Amino acid sequence: MSRISPMFEQLRAQNRTALIPYLTAGDPMPEATVGLMHALVAGGADAIELGVPFSDPMADGPVIACAHERALRHQVGLRHVLDMVRNFRQTDQKTPVILMGYQNPIEAMGVGEFALRAQAAGVDGVLTVDLPPEEAHVTAKIYAEAHIDPIFLIAPTTPVSRIKIIAELASGFVYYVSLKGVTGAQNLQTDALAARLHEIRHECALPVGVGFGIRDAVTAKAVGQVADAVIIGSALVQIIAELGSGDAAMLQRQVQAFMADIRSALDAQ
Amino acid sequence: MNNSDLNSVSMRDARTFDFAQFPDEHGRFGEFGGKYVAETLMEPIAELQAAYAQFRADPDFVREFETDLRDFVGRPSAMYFAARMSEAYGAQIWFKREDLNHTGAHKINNAIGQALLAKRLGKTRIIAETGAGQHGVATATVAARLGLECVIYMGAEDIERQQPNVFRMKLLGATVVPVESGTRTLKDALNEAMRDWVTNVDNTFYIIGTVAGPHPYPQMVRDFQSVIGTEARAQLLEKTGRLPDAVVACVGGGSNAIGIFHAFLNDENVTLYGAEAGGDGVETGRHAAPLSAGRPGVLHGMRTYLMEDNDGQIIGTHSVSAGLDYPGVGPEHSWLKDLGRVNYTGITDADAMSAFHDVMRFEGIIPALESAHAVAYAKKLAPLYGKNKIILVNMSGRGDKDINTVAKLEGISL
Repeated sequence: MSRISPMFEQLRAQNRTALIPYLTAGDPMPEATVGLMHALVAGGADAIELGVPFSDPMADGPVIACAHERALRHQVGLRHVLDMVRNFRQTDQKTPVILMGYQNPIEAMGVGEFALRAQAAGVDGVLTVDLPPEEAHVTAKIYAEAHIDPIFLIAPTTPVSRIKIIAELASGFVYYVSLKGVTGAQNLQTDALAARLHEIRHECALPVGVGFGIRDAVTAKAVGQVADAVIIGSALVQIIAELGSGDAAMLQRQVQAFMADIRSALDAQ
Repeated sequence: MNNSDLNSVSMRDARTFDFAQFPDEHGRFGEFGGKYVAETLMEPIAELQAAYAQFRADPDFVREFETDLRDFVGRPSAMYFAARMSEAYGAQIWFKREDLNHTGAHKINNAIGQALLAKRLGKTRIIAETGAGQHGVATATVAARLGLECVIYMGAEDIERQQPNVFRMKLLGATVVPVESGTRTLKDALNEAMRDWVTNVDNTFYIIGTVAGPHPYPQMVRDFQSVIGTEARAQLLEKTGRLPDAVVACVGGGSNAIGIFHAFLNDENVTLYGAEAGGDGVETGRHAAPLSAGRPGVLHGMRTYLMEDNDGQIIGTHSVSAGLDYPGVGPEHSWLKDLGRVNYTGITDADAMSAFHDVMRFEGIIPALESAHAVAYAKKLAPLYGKNKIILVNMSGRGDKDINTVAKLEGISL
């Protein structure tokens, strides 16, 4: 079993909502990533989504697409991302790490080879944006054998019949994309979200994380009232983009403070 | 190339297939194709698939499509014997004249088909990606005709080298959005169009311009383009009493090639050739020839041959022709390559340029730089076939749009 289900069980016992930040590995530079991961945990993150840079991040909006481009300027690829996870694990054995990215870099390494190396590095889950369940049967089995949870997206356009299909393959948690659009989109409607989560939970026993459109303590708190996990990506990546690669210590402090702000909003409910 | 190439299409595996039966219900051509898209698009794609399956069997839809091809596009396009070129090259060269279509290329066949679908699905907004601008012009044309809003995504680099087509699209009422991300060419325009689609999926129809993308696009675009080969096969039979010995087409995404190949796939004695963009030469790495020098991977919703580095990052491509400057290829081509049914070769910029001049001087036709790649391949094949053999070349588009590029390459200021 990966670290993901135990984390959700523990949080449930404490009646707390998981906080899962996203950052792109290698952004703004490869040396910064492990330090930023630790800063996120220090600020209150329960798990980390680590983006694997890809040349064609089709499902990402401009903020995260630019983060991919910054990382790729340093030639950060999947094998470097696995090195980063291994380094992170030297001092953090507890926090789940979920890789998020696109299928081609994984296929270039080979799905079987990747699963073994990811397991050895300490990866807990893999979310592949362009691998819907219809294309994921073989891959999901390989991940399960390596004790890695395949994480799947559920979208506003996903009908109930597909939620059932997704629930059969998924483990760890499911990721509800709260908006039609790319990452970093705006205008989250929390009432509609609550109704939708109710529908998802009827078909799927796994915890439900919600991402897309959560950008600050207020939106995080609203979503946290109905979701098992709050996933926050573009808002965090934007902070990294604005501070750039100048002062690593300063960047870590800012990121930690941003997390702590959201953590306290989530815990105050 | 040597004489054994002529026999290399053994039909060994191909014999067992009826090519018209593919893709399968999962959108697969063998291991290629499929639906590799974000979850948000899965249901819209399923709806499109169902709608397409319904309309392709609907006599009213088929009649409307065929009427538009005849009255608006000007089909059937001519079949032309290139007499002086045949003399010079050493085989009987015939051109299927897709350059004579309204808007100047084969792209309009598909744009009309998809626009009719969009209309029946009640969509009010059309988006498309474009490389050379031919598909953008075709899409802007059909959108204007149906009174639909139209947004065209085009790489910033392509906008610079295809100015006449950019202006054409604007005159037709389309909004042309320059794409500055990545390599600023066709693949990035496709990424941006996908982002638009996922955001505006309720009212927007995405008209993909080639036999690429997630299922059902490769099948749908192929079906709309297969009129090229169906006509060509009948026309050559009528004019010469026999089938061609070889059919040659250029391959970027591969829609004109699939369009002309499809009617001949089950004809065992017709050898098929695809000319990829060899750029500076496939051995230099500066090219756009994934079938010649790539490997299978996943991009833009499909499994297919791609140009990528060891980390699986898609690498920049190079071609003198914007329309071929794409690091992937339609999945059916990947399958036809692995089956050995079609021979794919990279044709260099230099060879394409030389063929461009040949077509103008021998035949009085301005070929698109894309189509010039097919002519250059035919020039290499002609001496291997000889003067009694027929080589059919798909003249996929006209080259008026390219004259600025040609002038610039040759150091001439207009």
